[in-house]
Amino acid sequence: MKALVFSRQPAKFAAAMVAGRLRPGGGARVGPLSLRDIEPPALPGPGWLRVRPRLAGICGSDLATIDGTSSRWFEPIVSFPFTPGHEVVGDLDDGTRVAVVPVLSCVTRGFSPACPACAAGRINHCERIAFGDVEPGLQSGFCESTGGGWSTVMVAHESQLVRLPPDLTDEAAVLVEPAACAVHAASRVDNDNIALIGSGTLGLLTIAALRAARPQAVIIATAKYPHQRELATTLGATTVVDPGELDRAVRARSGTMRLDNGQLGGGIATVVDCVGSASSIAQALRITAPGGTIHAVGMPGVTTVDLTPLWQREIALQGAYAYERADFDGAIELVATLDLGRLVSATYPLHRYEQAIAHAAHAGSRGAVKIAFDLRSERERDTI
Amino acid sequence: MPRPGFVLDVDRSTPPILFHHGETLRLERLPAGRSRVLYPGEPLEALDDPDAAIRLALDNPLGDSAPLRALLTPGMKLTICFDDISLPLPPMRRPDVRQRVIEAVLDLAAAAGVDDVHLIAALALHRRMTEAELRHAVGDRVYDAFAPDGLLYNHDAEDPDNLLFIGETKHGEEVEINKRAAESDLIVYVNINLVSMDGGWKSTATGLSSYKSLRHHHNVATMLKSRSFMDRHKSELHSSNWRMGEVLKNSGIKVFQIETTLNNDTFGTSGPMSVLQKREWEWTARDRASFVGMKAGLDRLPVKARRKIFNSWQAPYGITSVQAGEVEAVHEVTTANVFKQQLVEIQGQTDILTMGLPYICPYNVHSIMNPILVMCLGLGYFFNMYRGNPLVREGGVLIMSHPTPWEFHPVHHPSYIDFFEQVLADTTNPLEIEAKYEKQYAEDEWYRHLYRTSHAYHGVHPFYMWYWGSHALSHLGKVIIVGGEARSVRRLGFTPASTLNDALEMAADVVGRDGTITHLHNPPIVMADVV
Repeated sequence: MKALVFSRQPAKFAAAMVAGRLRPGGGARVGPLSLRDIEPPALPGPGWLRVRPRLAGICGSDLATIDGTSSRWFEPIVSFPFTPGHEVVGDLDDGTRVAVVPVLSCVTRGFSPACPACAAGRINHCERIAFGDVEPGLQSGFCESTGGGWSTVMVAHESQLVRLPPDLTDEAAVLVEPAACAVHAASRVDNDNIALIGSGTLGLLTIAALRAARPQAVIIATAKYPHQRELATTLGATTVVDPGELDRAVRARSGTMRLDNGQLGGGIATVVDCVGSASSIAQALRITAPGGTIHAVGMPGVTTVDLTPLWQREIALQGAYAYERADFDGAIELVATLDLGRLVSATYPLHRYEQAIAHAAHAGSRGAVKIAFDLRSERERDTI
Repeated sequence: MPRPGFVLDVDRSTPPILFHHGETLRLERLPAGRSRVLYPGEPLEALDDPDAAIRLALDNPLGDSAPLRALLTPGMKLTICFDDISLPLPPMRRPDVRQRVIEAVLDLAAAAGVDDVHLIAALALHRRMTEAELRHAVGDRVYDAFAPDGLLYNHDAEDPDNLLFIGETKHGEEVEINKRAAESDLIVYVNINLVSMDGGWKSTATGLSSYKSLRHHHNVATMLKSRSFMDRHKSELHSSNWRMGEVLKNSGIKVFQIETTLNNDTFGTSGPMSVLQKREWEWTARDRASFVGMKAGLDRLPVKARRKIFNSWQAPYGITSVQAGEVEAVHEVTTANVFKQQLVEIQGQTDILTMGLPYICPYNVHSIMNPILVMCLGLGYFFNMYRGNPLVREGGVLIMSHPTPWEFHPVHHPSYIDFFEQVLADTTNPLEIEAKYEKQYAEDEWYRHLYRTSHAYHGVHPFYMWYWGSHALSHLGKVIIVGGEARSVRRLGFTPASTLNDALEMAADVVGRDGTITHLHNPPIVMADVV
């Protein structure tokens, strides 16, 4: 079968780091990602099923992996070679259309009893993501055993499958997984005064989820590009500003004082960082009110940031990783209600993966939001 | 004998016309056969002896008022209020007319044994004047005699202890003014009536008031009903101020109004700037050389240096009249004197109105003309320089020339930055802006703090700038800015154009290819009497 495979090849990995630094997405051309013909993944055990992906999204974490900018934190919790792709809508062999909950928790790994987190339903906190019946991997799409969505076949445990309503388009369905992240992040927010940094796919979905969860909330969002600005407004942001204008917007909204160097006397109670860069975290720290909370929703990496305000203002820095199973129900409702399939701007066949990755890496500047692989017309799809 | 203003029909022999363009200048050739230029009148003769004229006015008041010397008695509380840095434009050479008038008033007060005297810069929600600016306005002698003892100061519209609620008009408009002024036995108001909008009851009812009071006339509805706010009798802005004046009068507050008018001698009759107030076809070879040299020099300089040069310019205005006495009677005469200098009759409206915006407006003296002020100067002040009908027809096009940089003075205009970045990013509709954002900005503690302790315009001030243009916004079919920074122009909701020709092409989409064009050749100031 055809699959994009990410292998452990240190030389290529180094080349990807350089290329990715020069031009985001550049790692796809020179790095350890390649299109190959491989054997479909074997079913790891009972309860596992084959999934033939229809659409599979390209996520920011995929891009970081391809460009070699991911944290080494992930090394023991991924297994090589793996096929990326964790935003997946696909078909089971019986034709049932499903979305995949990619987190590989205790149930998928054959642990019984499950770890305390999984037992409590918090699969994103699973303690055993490197152990059990399948190879290490925090999610499908980072695990050798399961394959991933950037292929014609992957495998998934029945606990990972979410049956989709028939009227939900594939485009909307491929956004269910990132929307579940957004729903989960929104569920962590307990305040109606919110600044949100970044209006990429995750940022836009989080705006939508926040608006659904907190109808009265003031949401000041940043957006770099006109289409992002328009979508952020449509999806529920109260005010949308350029990234460089956020500090002033927060000051104006909060009515707090401003010091000579631009530092704010107070700030806003909640900041949701959907970017995860050093500058976005620094900005979040600048604008969060004393006692406030920063929700790190966008995947950060190794960053250098001045944590003095975190200390002096007793700011809480709260991660928001993935989701619980129930977040998928909220996500399906969100994408269906808001017709979020429109956020899928372009799809590519697997063999054009370099262009697809480049498009995804420059989605904002190219007027796009979500880029995905379209496996529906891959010739071998129906023959495997 | 100065020549009056007039209208030039542009033909093929007409030379390129001067357009101010911020801190630089442009020469533009207007299409022959369908363009005309409205020129200001030449500077009227100045008073030979302004000090004598001032004394004469104080002794011979207009309307129902005794001469000033008769109103001054020992032991009384006297408060002299004067117009702030926003007048005149550009600032005038020393001695400023305010200094002359204040010195004359103080001479009379001293002679009458009045020793409780305060002097207040009536700046409403404008920025506080600096010591240098106050010295320039009132003169060193007055400043040194009063300021060190805290008797000469800026009005503070956010000091609850120094504001007094006087009452309400029959329209429910709250009247609140400076407490010291309100509790004085006499307010002497010293005005400079640069344009017909200034003066009258607006001096006290606006200059000495607070947001609570100002919001009743500094709003969108008032601006939409003022056709124009330069024409007092058709201006709801003035009607409201006059109603407030009635409340002041009825409460027993006594105002002795002194109004002055200046001529159009903005750039002088000699020196390099003088070419800016000459008519282009009358330029001599020396004028042309002077212009070319000045423009080339300016264009080569960095913007900060250009700004410094222009900001240091002080106009050699001549004083053309002084009126004193009862507010309304004084203002009628003053307005007539302003019109004598500025009003020029012109037949009919135009499809396209062009204007070159200079480096200065009332709110960026010694500062930066930010994009919001560009809008206000063009769509607020210049557009409204009419009596009768707007110079441009409804649905017509306004073409302004200005660099419109995305640049703000961080000390003077902090709330402008936020207004530009957040409010205009959301909407440019004045009514929506007013409903959604005004209160928040007006009550923002940080803006209050900066207004009171620094030199910042009040938090709500950029809103007023935007409201000032609301009549134009509702009237015009399109607004184009030539040579402006594109992203700033777009943020304002307008269309950027690289050249005047491009702008005229764009305008043709709205008014057709044969649309008539009128260029408002301002400054020096000209006001259209559209018949």
